[in-house]
Amino acid sequence: MHAPNTSQKDRAVLALQNVEARPGVSKPDPIIVADNVVRQFGGLTAVNVEHVEIQRGAITALIGPNGAGKTTFFNLLTGFDKPNSGNWTFNGVELAGVAPHKVARMGMVRTFQLTKALFRLSVMDNMRLGAKNQIGEGILRSLLPFFWRNQEAQITARAEELLQRFKLDAKKDDFAAALSGGQRKLLEMARALMVEPELVMLDEPMAGVNPALTQSLLEHIKDLREQGMTVLFVEHDMDMVRDISDWVIVMAEGKVVAEGPPNSVMSNPAVIDAYLGAHHDLTLEED
Amino acid sequence: MDFLFIFQQAISAAIGVNAIIYALAAIGLNLHFGYTGLLNFGQAGFLAVGAYTVAVLVVSFEVSIWLAFLAGIGMSILLALILGIPTLRLRADYLAIVTIAAAEIIRQVARSVTLREYFGGSDGITGKFGADFFALNPFKAGLDTPILRFTPNDLWVVLVGWVLVALFVVLTWAIVRSPWGRVIKAIREDEDAVRSLGKSVYLYKMQSLILGGVIGSFAGFVYAISRQSVQPDNYSTALTFFAYTVLILGGAARVLGPVVGSIIFWFLLVFVEQILRQAVANDLIPDWLLNPNQVGQIRFILVGLGLMLLMIYRPQGIFGDKKELALNARA
Repeated sequence: MHAPNTSQKDRAVLALQNVEARPGVSKPDPIIVADNVVRQFGGLTAVNVEHVEIQRGAITALIGPNGAGKTTFFNLLTGFDKPNSGNWTFNGVELAGVAPHKVARMGMVRTFQLTKALFRLSVMDNMRLGAKNQIGEGILRSLLPFFWRNQEAQITARAEELLQRFKLDAKKDDFAAALSGGQRKLLEMARALMVEPELVMLDEPMAGVNPALTQSLLEHIKDLREQGMTVLFVEHDMDMVRDISDWVIVMAEGKVVAEGPPNSVMSNPAVIDAYLGAHHDLTLEED
Repeated sequence: MDFLFIFQQAISAAIGVNAIIYALAAIGLNLHFGYTGLLNFGQAGFLAVGAYTVAVLVVSFEVSIWLAFLAGIGMSILLALILGIPTLRLRADYLAIVTIAAAEIIRQVARSVTLREYFGGSDGITGKFGADFFALNPFKAGLDTPILRFTPNDLWVVLVGWVLVALFVVLTWAIVRSPWGRVIKAIREDEDAVRSLGKSVYLYKMQSLILGGVIGSFAGFVYAISRQSVQPDNYSTALTFFAYTVLILGGAARVLGPVVGSIIFWFLLVFVEQILRQAVANDLIPDWLLNPNQVGQIRFILVGLGLMLLMIYRPQGIFGDKKELALNARA
């Protein structure tokens, strides 16, 4: 079968190579399966996804022009918004109506388009906050440090390791507000990893990041896959998407209009329609 | 001008009963507003519930005062739940609206004619309901020194009051440096980020509201016991806003902020008042400019002016960190 040094990328590509490139196609090993998810804002249908599956262990990009409903779909999947109808599962567990913090505890952790660094907490405290099942987060036991001191030390050690990987270790005692925009993106991603997620959902991880840092962000995202995590990210810059994703899902006007491997999906007429029909300039910045 | 007297009055106020009441109220608010970012504009309601529970139970139902204190804590927890359950899921401003309204409802119910039998209407409840507490007073003589002046009962209240303040300061210190404190500070910064990391924001906000409210009810106990009476209009919105003044003066999200703020606030208020009174009495200020009846109002104007200057030149409060405050402006 696989050579022992087979990378997760090769495995993901292999798994997806025989999957037909059409909207709503089923995948060999889906981590998320969504059916008939509809979200309306007044008369506007922001999301209307009939069926979509996200392959486990792969990097899936969710792309589409402005207003396609990508972020709304993200919010629905993670419990931050409630759909008018529809249901979806994560690892086979029904997730519709589950509160966002419970979704995160199950191993599906998201980041935000507008970075949410916790400004008046130190970088290290931002990281520590991410750790699950903390004894000292109970109101009574928080008063008795001997209950949580050991766990806190373990959490700190793990946070330090991650900060090193993301090259933020020199900043660990600074307030998060002192970081640059790109560093905040890195911090948010590192913090999400403290939750030990199975599925990492990144909402425009590259938005507002300078080109030098973009490269390092891309490497980190590839790293997540190598460590066995599944990645789903929203992006609208096709060049980034082509470089790192194993599979691309295209949304337009709330619907999934195309799916496929990154190299072929952009030649799909539905995608060209979606992008060029309403928006002539592909490099338009969102929001 | 008798400066010794002025200082005696001002220093006695700075460590007196009022300073304790406002310090306790502000310690509770510090947990709500300073650490969790909850805009509780009804702290007076928690004090009223604490004070009235003790007064009503002891006077009308002849319950032991110690049980009445426990009941007061229970009632403040109940109030926090009633306020929190509908509002803590909503945006922060809803809590502000609901709490300010709730505190006014409590005051209006307490002063209502219909319930006069229990709450004494606008006169409140007077009686020796602190007798069991004062029976334990070890001080036979009061304090009458050039700097401090207290009656024996005041001395006992002040001693117990400052012990309470110290206890709650230590509690605040211990809890905000713990992982629990980290979560509530993170909620203050951004709720959604905390949700995305798997924490139940609602639960933590509720815990914070209850804990700060219970500390507020202790301020109510001190208020009631020290005066041996409760009056509804003592628990008006002005009390809440003075507590906020005390908190911001000392520095929000600082463990000692409320205590230092309260001491300075009461020192200044009484100091300014006594200076004005003496100046008027000694004709240093002519009668057409200021008469003795106006001093009470003028002192608030002057102290208010001072606070405005403080906010302009030291917006972080006495203990606050200006760097940290500047970060609050979301980039």
